[in-house]
Amino acid sequence: MSLVPDPVTASDRILTAIESRPAQIAPRDAARYDARFASRASSIVSSAMRDLMSLAERPEIISLAGGFPDTDSFPPEIFADVMGAVERDFVATALQYGPTEGLVELRERIADIMASEGAHARVEDIMVTSGGQQAIDLSIRTFVNPGDVVLAEGPTYPGAVPSLTTYEADVVHVPMDDDGLRVDLLEETLDRLAAEGRRVKLLYTIPNFHNPAGVTMSLERRERLVALAHERELIVVEDNPYGQIRFEGEPLPTLYQLDDGDGWVIYCSTFSKILAPGIRVGWVVAPAPVLRKMNLGKQGADLCSSTLTQRFILEYLRRYDWRDHVARLNGIYRSRRDAMLDALDREFPGEATWTRPRGGLFVWATLPSYIDTTDLFARAVTREVAFVPGEAAFRDGRGRHSMRLNFSYVEEGTIAEGVRRLGDVIGDLIEDYRALNPGPA
Amino acid sequence: MSRRRVAVLKGGRSLEREVSLRSAANVEAALRRLGHEVLSIDADQHLVRMLRAERPDVVFVAMHGRGGEDGTVQEILEILRIPYTGSGVIASERAMDKVVAKADFAAAGVPTPPGYAFSQAAFRELGAAEALPDIEESLGLPVVVKPARQGSALGITVAHEPAEVPAALMAALAYDDRVLLERFVRGRELAVAVLGTGDDAWALPVVEAVPQGREFYDFEARYTPGLTTLRAPADLPDDVAQEAARLALTCYRTLGCRGFGRVDMLLDGDGRLWVLELNTIPGMTDTSLLPKAAEAAGLEWDEIVSRILDQAALGV
Repeated sequence: MSLVPDPVTASDRILTAIESRPAQIAPRDAARYDARFASRASSIVSSAMRDLMSLAERPEIISLAGGFPDTDSFPPEIFADVMGAVERDFVATALQYGPTEGLVELRERIADIMASEGAHARVEDIMVTSGGQQAIDLSIRTFVNPGDVVLAEGPTYPGAVPSLTTYEADVVHVPMDDDGLRVDLLEETLDRLAAEGRRVKLLYTIPNFHNPAGVTMSLERRERLVALAHERELIVVEDNPYGQIRFEGEPLPTLYQLDDGDGWVIYCSTFSKILAPGIRVGWVVAPAPVLRKMNLGKQGADLCSSTLTQRFILEYLRRYDWRDHVARLNGIYRSRRDAMLDALDREFPGEATWTRPRGGLFVWATLPSYIDTTDLFARAVTREVAFVPGEAAFRDGRGRHSMRLNFSYVEEGTIAEGVRRLGDVIGDLIEDYRALNPGPA
Repeated sequence: MSRRRVAVLKGGRSLEREVSLRSAANVEAALRRLGHEVLSIDADQHLVRMLRAERPDVVFVAMHGRGGEDGTVQEILEILRIPYTGSGVIASERAMDKVVAKADFAAAGVPTPPGYAFSQAAFRELGAAEALPDIEESLGLPVVVKPARQGSALGITVAHEPAEVPAALMAALAYDDRVLLERFVRGRELAVAVLGTGDDAWALPVVEAVPQGREFYDFEARYTPGLTTLRAPADLPDDVAQEAARLALTCYRTLGCRGFGRVDMLLDGDGRLWVLELNTIPGMTDTSLLPKAAEAAGLEWDEIVSRILDQAALGV
């Protein structure tokens, strides 16, 4: 899903006189494929909103739409040092295929990183993936048949939607509040679905600093959720890309930890947020029978994740303390978060509400119910500011009054300016609303 | 035919940017197959400088919506004296504004659904909302609410109840500060593509868009493979097909269009045709109506692109 702007194509303004072989087929011939597409491919719709979102890629637009970590803060001298070490000692192995499950030394280090969040995983239960995205994709691919119900928070991670669609999951959203997933409503939903005879395969959840909602699941809810998973024998896919991106407060135990080895929780995480997304390395932790299936899935997808970047991470971890980089990032993100919350307080109307994340990359704002955020987006881009309209985070048409705002990628002043423009556009829509709905004479 | 240096203008800031990129890809591929040199330009603030530096022989405007289809880019090309495809400045402006185009069509005797247009200021400064009940009474429900200047059916809502009209107006006002309330005509969605200019203009076979499970041919239905079935030529009685072509040509000539265009209309249950709008740069994506119409006419896509290019000219 192209919700993330691509700075490369954005600056790629002109392709002068490319004398390529005219390989592209004429539009009439495109129809020849339509009858041949697999049903899982035909259900991947190119949504109107995704088309509109491509405008957010324009360089002149202040984009609060993407989910980009800050990579400017990664010290070039450290990069050079690590790359130098790979060059000196590992050229042949870094350029070779690796094991599907990832380099064993890296899996050991991943276990250490998880332990720093209090989650104790066995190295043999860990598989390296190509980004956290592949961990999510493999989880769904391994369990979901077409039509199976996948439960997800409402809103859910927009980037999970293509996988959910590809495997033809029937997504049922469970509401959230400031304490995360409403586990009581999850229970009701499970009852209802059971009564309807629908097969629930798994729950996909982001307990820490939710994308897009910005909230964190309370300890009480976590405990209740894991207990419920045990009672109902429900597989929980815990996606934890942001757990280390914490600005304040104490870390809460992961669901994986609370499951205590019972095997109902499959854990996904990534180096994208604690190191950098361009290295495309994440991981999944699952019980052996599940991991065997995922391993087969991964063999089909890409054989193994890049050994070059796995080696890069290993050499980085050998030479530097990753916590230093995370601390640096968290300092940057904290002040950007503050800038965004200050700007929202200043610029957004009284009827609007928004989450106050204690970590992660996103704020989720909800506007008065008469404002449709996809329409708002159309007006916002004329003022050169972009965000993700809330409907991208739902599979059922909800979210139309909400929006996701990212604070990790642009600097404080730009955030303030972007939110100011959004406030103007919202004010404009409110004025329209009042003009269109005059009170009694 | 001689090899020309063709700049394809695409993208830009319009909400139909992505559609434009897909149209342009098909145009560029055809131009290359035809043996032309292609300069692909994503229109931005460097456009004039870039055109001056690159000095193309001709510009193929493959932009949709604001900026590219409303006379803006055309005016720039007039100033730079670079011949360009499609309609000139004035025809583009008139076609882009559904309210202006409707008035022109009506004056030429072309049936269009009755409607009223309001500016944002009319609601804010003159209390036009108080007149909504009169409009609903005059037009009947449902009404279609549209932004006056926006393509690809963005911002269009069908309001079935009086209570739905203000929200529909809000949505339309997000896309333009002028909106059109129009009687909702239930019927088959037809489109007639036109090629050529003035007396030499001719209509391609009528195409029917059959959106699957949708009230009208909205943005999603337009650009998602499988959501719409296109029938070309449309299964119509001869006299209806001929009348559709006649109306399309009347609209096209009335606005003074050049090169190519597409007229969208509805065929109601009583067999009457209602013209909705004219697009001076119709979509040229894989799911668009123009390539489908060309196919029904027995014309290769490259031939269509070649003809449009041959008609490139200057003159508002």
